[in-house]
Amino acid sequence: MIYREAGQFKSSYAGDQAIFPIFQDRLVVGAALAFAFIAVPLIADEYWLQALLIPFLIFALAAIGLNLLTGYAGQLSLGTGAFMAVGAYATYKITTAFPGLNLLVVFLLAGLIAAGVGIVFGLPSLRIKGFYLAVATLAAQFFIQWLFNKVGWFYNNNPSGTITAPPRAVFGVMIAGPEALASVRYLVALSVLTVFALAAKNLVRGRIGRSWMAIRDMDIAAEIMGIRPLQTKLMAFAISSFYCGVAGAMFVFLWLGSAETLAFDINVSFQVLFMIIIGGLGSILGSILGAAFITLVPILLTNAPDLVGLPMEVALERHIESIVFGVMIVYFLIVEPNGFARLWQIAKEKLRRWPFPY
Amino acid sequence: MELLSGFFVQPFLDIASSWPFFAEVVIGGLLTGVMYSLVALGFVLIFKASGVFNFAQGSMVLFAALTLVGLIEHGLPVWLAIIASLAVMVALAYAVERFMLRPLVNQAPIILFMATIGLNFVLEGSGQIAWGSNVKELNIGIPDSSFTVAGVLLNEFDLYAALIAAILVVLLAVFFQKTTIGRALRAVADDHQAALSVGIPLKTIWVIVWSVAGAVALVAGVMWGAKSGVQFSLSLIALKALPVLILGGFTSVPGAILGGLIIGVGEKVAEVYWGPLVGGAIENWFAYMLAMVFLFFRPQGLFGERIIERV
Repeated sequence: MIYREAGQFKSSYAGDQAIFPIFQDRLVVGAALAFAFIAVPLIADEYWLQALLIPFLIFALAAIGLNLLTGYAGQLSLGTGAFMAVGAYATYKITTAFPGLNLLVVFLLAGLIAAGVGIVFGLPSLRIKGFYLAVATLAAQFFIQWLFNKVGWFYNNNPSGTITAPPRAVFGVMIAGPEALASVRYLVALSVLTVFALAAKNLVRGRIGRSWMAIRDMDIAAEIMGIRPLQTKLMAFAISSFYCGVAGAMFVFLWLGSAETLAFDINVSFQVLFMIIIGGLGSILGSILGAAFITLVPILLTNAPDLVGLPMEVALERHIESIVFGVMIVYFLIVEPNGFARLWQIAKEKLRRWPFPY
Repeated sequence: MELLSGFFVQPFLDIASSWPFFAEVVIGGLLTGVMYSLVALGFVLIFKASGVFNFAQGSMVLFAALTLVGLIEHGLPVWLAIIASLAVMVALAYAVERFMLRPLVNQAPIILFMATIGLNFVLEGSGQIAWGSNVKELNIGIPDSSFTVAGVLLNEFDLYAALIAAILVVLLAVFFQKTTIGRALRAVADDHQAALSVGIPLKTIWVIVWSVAGAVALVAGVMWGAKSGVQFSLSLIALKALPVLILGGFTSVPGAILGGLIIGVGEKVAEVYWGPLVGGAIENWFAYMLAMVFLFFRPQGLFGERIIERV
């Protein structure tokens, strides 16, 4: 009853092709966006923004990027952390070389550089498939981390070996550096995510997305049908790395403030992979939900002992956290291997019929 | 020009000018490679029999070693502790089959892969809760002294490690080729459904193969633990076993051994002769690059099954 599309006729081609063809969808998405843009900055305090919401937005962007590659184009990658590092270090190099350049433009440039690196490390995908490819992308992960650590040029030879976000203002508002307000950084990250998520959604509905899915489902068949594997796979790597690069740039400049290569180690790659699997492979909404889940759960677990009044040692707590996290992942995979995106579909189906059984 | 000669000429001159040192490096690499192979073996066993890419193999190594050390610290004699640890690994295999593999049967490989990463977290956490997270000494009575043969420095411990690995491989080969269970395992590896239809109990087979992988993990854990202490970083050697795997092929036991040796030698030689040119510490990624370049020529690894694709 609530979620009923009956009576909503499409009277134009534009209406037929809309991302959200159903009124209720538009309402929910509009309300969620309005809430995120207007209400959240007003009610959330510094801790919530810094510890929860900003990392969530950034990881959501990285998850969308990886989902384009793994979920849509079917190329398993464990190099997400490295591509994020490329974005972050490229942003640092560009913005310290040209301090006057708008930081958002720098993000895009850094994304382009990450896309170039992604293409290079995507080349093996033409020959290597499945888990073999995953291990090959690990080469990117370890090599890039090593490179940024060893070559001083990448961090301007500063003695600490870290990259630090310099203060940068866009249109007169500080968005990076120590003086930038958390709410401002939140809004910037949210805007970037919104634009990029919409772009990704449109991308996967179009010719490019369809060719990705064809390659994913069976690359030989796709090739016979006239889809060029070279262009398609490399395009997937490039666009995915672009997203990850921008996410990495925001990771340092909007969230951490300063970072070294250790912040982009293999665990980041795994974390993002978790997000898209728990969220749902081949779903933009799923990437965002998965990112929310994976960033939220560890924080909940860390705070849980205090909430129930059960203080314990930090080390023990960390181990229990790791166990609970592992069990939750296995349990979730058993209960719903298709992730949150599938749960959302089921929920919509239920709402459509409610309150009648069928 | 200087750079080119530094990369392509000088290292070879160094090698040629000091043969004994080169031999030492190669032998050191071979012996490290044996240790990698031990970890990679566990991966191969499980991948062959159940098609699961078991990322938790590294933490199984850690878990087994921690259990053994913990039991020895509690005053058990070494032989009893080893048997008890084996029992723990079998119990773990049973639990994994019952609570993880059985509900996930017929899922996509990537889902199973993720589940093993979940298992990885569980094992890392529980092993350290049960036995503490300090670095532990593991002394099982293997002598650790050096001697020279024809001007080449050798370590007795490394030789024992190689010997044990060789024995293990022979045992596994006999187990796979000659016993009924081994034959059933190979049948399952070939074709799950066909194996089921001739009456091979898939669930039992999985328990057995995870137990064997657990036993291999115990051996690997003992060797690594005795060499560098039992500590959290043991679980990270799984990452080192991955290039070994793709080099050798996911489904081949000899591939795991040979791959381990190639990676071990390659990374040692590269580190010693080429590492200083680019700032050192290339061991972390060199193995992956080597494996990746190798895959360009043989996408299925050295001994992997030939990939045949049909539309």
